[in-house]
Amino acid sequence: MLITLGIYYLAPWIRWDRGINAPDQAILFDIPNSRAYFFFIEIWPQEVYYITGILIIAAIGLFFVTSLFGRAWCGYICPQTVWTDLFVWVERILQGDRHQRLKLDKSKFSFNKFWRLLATHLVWIIISVLTGGAWVFYFNDAPTLMLQLINQDVPWSVTGWVVALTGSTYLLAGFGREQVCNYMCPYARFQSAMFDEESLIICYDELRGEPRSARKKDSSWEGRGHCIDCKICVHVCPAGIDIRDGLQMECIACGMCIDACNNVMDKLKLPRGLVRYDTELNHKLRKENKQEAVHIFRKRTILYVSVLFITISTMLYGLINRSPIELHVLHDRNPIFVELSDSRIRNGYDIKILNKTHQDKNYKLTISGIDDLDIKIAVAGNIMGNKWFNSLPVFADSIGHFRVFLTAQKQNNARQQLIFNVEDVYTKIKENSDSIFISSLE
Amino acid sequence: MNPSNNNIETQDDIGTTGHEWDGITELNYPCPRWWVWIFLGTIVWAVGYWYIYPAWPVISGDSERGGTKGVMEWTQYKQLEESQSEIFSRRAENLEKLQNTSTKDVMDMPELYEFAVVGGKSAFKENCAQCHGSGGGGAKGYPNLNDDDWLWGGSLKELSKTIKYGIRSDHKNTRNSVMPPLAAVMGKDSVTKVSRYVAGLSKGSSSTAEGAKEYKQMCSACHGVNGEGNRIFGAPKLSDGIWLYGKGDEQQIESQIKSPQHGVMPAWIDRLGEDTIKQLVVYVYSLGGGE
Ligand code: HEC
Ligand code: HEC
Repeated sequence: MLITLGIYYLAPWIRWDRGINAPDQAILFDIPNSRAYFFFIEIWPQEVYYITGILIIAAIGLFFVTSLFGRAWCGYICPQTVWTDLFVWVERILQGDRHQRLKLDKSKFSFNKFWRLLATHLVWIIISVLTGGAWVFYFNDAPTLMLQLINQDVPWSVTGWVVALTGSTYLLAGFGREQVCNYMCPYARFQSAMFDEESLIICYDELRGEPRSARKKDSSWEGRGHCIDCKICVHVCPAGIDIRDGLQMECIACGMCIDACNNVMDKLKLPRGLVRYDTELNHKLRKENKQEAVHIFRKRTILYVSVLFITISTMLYGLINRSPIELHVLHDRNPIFVELSDSRIRNGYDIKILNKTHQDKNYKLTISGIDDLDIKIAVAGNIMGNKWFNSLPVFADSIGHFRVFLTAQKQNNARQQLIFNVEDVYTKIKENSDSIFISSLE
Repeated sequence: MNPSNNNIETQDDIGTTGHEWDGITELNYPCPRWWVWIFLGTIVWAVGYWYIYPAWPVISGDSERGGTKGVMEWTQYKQLEESQSEIFSRRAENLEKLQNTSTKDVMDMPELYEFAVVGGKSAFKENCAQCHGSGGGGAKGYPNLNDDDWLWGGSLKELSKTIKYGIRSDHKNTRNSVMPPLAAVMGKDSVTKVSRYVAGLSKGSSSTAEGAKEYKQMCSACHGVNGEGNRIFGAPKLSDGIWLYGKGDEQQIESQIKSPQHGVMPAWIDRLGEDTIKQLVVYVYSLGGGE
């Protein structure tokens, strides 16, 4: 809980130097400028496939963990669980344990009750505000926004998000709790598809526990199971189930019942693990008096791992080879070609050069596919000649638009293939794009 | 099974609504509390809404649309005006800059140039495309504005004059010229010869070919000694492959000599105003034929 909360609150404050022309926040979704930064990775809007990749990795990773360890995500990492645990912790500190809380709830209205309830809700709201507050730091420069927040000089969008997230945190973690998992969360519904007989789930060892019954002190264990029916496992369950009835959909595998039961077993001086993580298969094997078995390599896990591996390596390949230049060439559509007075043919193109680096750059444009090509480029309203092509300027981290006119004799091919090529004048890194030269209608 | 055993009513103290259909009765469970609260909430919301926004259709003399107005006096018209005025004020800033900048200087200012081209493009689609084609590609009788072959000139100044006052239009400053019907003066024979000669010009025939003499006499004053055209009269170049009417074959040339056709281009200054015309000039120039 502390680790996940820590990551959430501190991540936006990590700095990452990207040079003068770019923000130095390690994780930043810069929506006005449509850029996303993640440490060394920088994503432009047309590169959303990286996001798709991250989502695939996250999903398959989740499937993988689920098939091995059951609902480890739900029990330990899911924000809903983490914040609920945090809220319950606050509740426990201010209102005491379960018994005391129940008593408090039933008790008549008193000053004691009043301040405890008020304090709980106040602390909840403060946590919620901080949660919403931390969220907006991912979308703005954190230190700047912090100053703005202190000076109460923030854009309405920030206020809106903080308010919305405060509300949702307060409601979901304070009141929704396991209902969220039961009724709202889609993942809880379909994750049973990822389970198999060998997934780790929380099991009550009925061979050892049954027949259960309440036990007087010092009476013998003869003829009875180790479960003393104290119902502590039921009381601590945030999902409100009785684990002794077997695995149920509501179970989020948080392990609270394991801890509770182990405490009881310790007191009774019995071995721990009456309730524990185990697999369904082991359970069955034990019933049949066979050796327990754990297989990490199963068809299912191997499949998940290979999908993970493929996605991650494709992403890495893409990122490592991510070109700092992108070139788009758009052929004019209306008119598609123009016949000039000297009977030559002219075609017009819109070209865009994306400079993804943080330095201003000059690019050299070459076009191949037709000999004797007359190239002209329009910079604002002025048509420039060939010489200009050796250094088209594009500012750091932006897109250069140019209008290009190509003039040539009428070609034999009505649609002659062309290759546009831009080269960074200093680093010599190149980028290509195909296009065509149209000289007649057929 | 005895039906009375299925009757929960007997086991529960909830009671029925008293409605009965063919022996089936309805239990009288109360509505869920959260539901009731939301229901009451919507009523409160509605009252607040009536207070703030226009809601009830009441007949009232002073309002043209009738109905209660609400304290905010909100109307769709006002909302439209607001969002429009925002756009207008943003555009006005650029327009003012455009007014204070000569067309020539606009060409050196990337942002203003972009603004002019975009504005010109939309004005062109609205006013000019029906004759010149949506990309200015032209059609028979309507010149292509993308090429480098101009009847009257492709410089900013000439374009501006053409668009403002038109060609053979009813504006007093219009560009004007007439190709006279010369067939009667020339005689049938020489019309044929000249036509063949002119048709050959764009294919590179020499100036000593048959018909050259008659051409020099009758036509070169306007169309140039070598058929290069003359912008003072808006007389087209005859030595290239670009034709206003048809494809430049003998027949078509003959018909132009016998009964000359003339294009009419309306004057736009009174209809569109200086600002829009400035944008149009920049746009037409940007198509690639600007001089
Ligand atoms: C009713 C049809 C019509 C409309 C509408 C029209 N034009 Fe024209 N335009 C013509 C014709 C016909 C000519 C050729 C006149 C001639 O034969 O000399 C012409 C010629 C021109 C020329 C001169 C071409 C040259 O080679 O010198 C320009 C520039 C031009 N138009 C621009 C425009 C613009 C800009 C608009 C829109 C505001 C427009 N036209 C709307 C019919 C039209
Ligand atoms: C007084 C000047 C004048 C004289 C003389 C003259 N023309 Fe023209 N001609 C014009 C003008 C102006 C036009 C353009 C009409 C228009 O814009 O619609 C034209 C158009 C033409 C065209 C149509 C061009 C096209 O692109 O389709 C042909 C062909 C032509 N003239 C041939 C001749 C020939 C042949 C002669 C001599 C016998 C001749 N003209 C004499 C002024 C003249």
